[in-house]
Amino acid sequence: MELKDIFTLRKNQWGNIKNIGNKSDSEVECPDCGEVIDTDIIKGNYMVCPNCKHYYTMSTRRRINSIVDSDSFRELYSDIVSYDPLKFPNYKNKLKELNSGKKRDREAVVTGTACIAGIPVCIGVMDSRFLMGSMGYAVGEKIVRLAEKASSSDMPLILFAASGGARMQEGMFSLMQMSRTTAAIEKFKAQGGLYISYLTHPTTGGVSASFAFLGDIIIAEPKSLICFAGPRVIEQTIGQKLPEGFQRAEYLLEHGMIDMIVDRRDSRKMLEKILRVHGCGKK
Amino acid sequence: MKKKKSAYDSVCLARDKNRPGIYDYIDNLFTDFIELRGDRVYGDDKSMIGGIALFHKKPVTIIGHRKGRNTEENIEYNFGMASPWGYRKGIRLMEQAERFGRPVITFIDTPGAYPGLEAEANGQAVAIAESIACMSRLKVPTIAIITGEGCSGGALAIATADRVCCLENSIYTILSPEGFAAILWKDAKRADEASELMGLTASELHAHGIIDDVIKEGDGLYDRLDRYIRKELSVLCRYKPDRLIEKRYEKYKAMTTAERTIE
Repeated sequence: MELKDIFTLRKNQWGNIKNIGNKSDSEVECPDCGEVIDTDIIKGNYMVCPNCKHYYTMSTRRRINSIVDSDSFRELYSDIVSYDPLKFPNYKNKLKELNSGKKRDREAVVTGTACIAGIPVCIGVMDSRFLMGSMGYAVGEKIVRLAEKASSSDMPLILFAASGGARMQEGMFSLMQMSRTTAAIEKFKAQGGLYISYLTHPTTGGVSASFAFLGDIIIAEPKSLICFAGPRVIEQTIGQKLPEGFQRAEYLLEHGMIDMIVDRRDSRKMLEKILRVHGCGKK
Repeated sequence: MKKKKSAYDSVCLARDKNRPGIYDYIDNLFTDFIELRGDRVYGDDKSMIGGIALFHKKPVTIIGHRKGRNTEENIEYNFGMASPWGYRKGIRLMEQAERFGRPVITFIDTPGAYPGLEAEANGQAVAIAESIACMSRLKVPTIAIITGEGCSGGALAIATADRVCCLENSIYTILSPEGFAAILWKDAKRADEASELMGLTASELHAHGIIDDVIKEGDGLYDRLDRYIRKELSVLCRYKPDRLIEKRYEKYKAMTTAERTIE
């Protein structure tokens, strides 16, 4: 890795390394402990630093593969993409750029069905690297459809949240996704569906203030930033200095906002256990 | 020739200190208002008020943001920025309205949910999420009236209603134009430019299918609002609860889809 790359990585405001998947990087310096580690070792360890347990951002595909039975994932609604309702300057080009090249994910959430220990589930995983994981029309629509699919096929719903909030370029079209996803989740829950919300770094704004916090069970990854207004917004608008660890998963657990924090390497096991206790997959 | 009103003109009008506040609407549209306070868990949020009253002799529940008319009042009411205990008071009153079969009417005028330490520590995100969830499953009719600025999740929390209308000069936005400009261009001063792009005026929102109606301002405002609420309630009150919830679901499901919004 070149020196300038280290600086770009360090500059990432969420404090996590974005581009560890680049083929050119054979090793990476951990932003927490500073240890230089072979990327293959990190990849083989669920993208967790084996030295200090720093959590690297996981791509949606890697996340799905780490959770579900191998080859069981069937992607749904991949044709749903955002459409620039406000004709916002450069937005269309930006979307086009993101959708060109070899990248497989065309939006900030990947949705589909899969099995966990043989139990069929509807699963959605957000991608904080796609326009900061912001929720626009496409993200909202995919989640609405996934919740409806979970309702109609009587499957539990698991959503991994990771988002900077609403997608500015879509204005109110984005904000309304909070109402739309919430309504779909509520309908699913009213019909007796089990919804597990899994909060990963970062879960903020319009996503945390809608479907992400409505889980029957809410799990978080260690140290994830989980909030409505982010630390910078609070410091800028109110001028309040925030205590160490504020809005991190551990703080939320202590304050009664989430059910548990689960080590990434145990997440499949925990999800399987929850599904089993709920009697999911039995007809 | 008179210059055409810009989007930012609407932003300024929506924030005008002399605009009617929630008590003006309560006084002019309802009788026998009884304010009900507290979330029964943590506190009473003065930026979000609620209560019961009569509308043409029929009981309704009223919830809405309160702003001050001067600095002193604004500090007391936190500039209309609600905290979790405000949203939880709203949820409590909505659930109570459901028990007694009263329609819920909300008045929205907020620069956003309060971005403060105490609000965050008490679950601002979950309070807003639960308020939206509560409105989406409520068995009684709901009408949301955006009277001034309706910004961000703090406005949406009490605006997921069967009918949503904006007063002519009110705005309904993803974020304050200043916050929007700060995020996109790192320059809050470009708020006027941002306003033009955000689609935040009542007429744009109506054209985009985000709101159902626009209410003209000026003389006779309260009469028009009275007629509007009466007309919409007479329609909504005819639905059985299940049907009402289903229709509300369909409304939000159709919203923002390309078929629905491209003029």
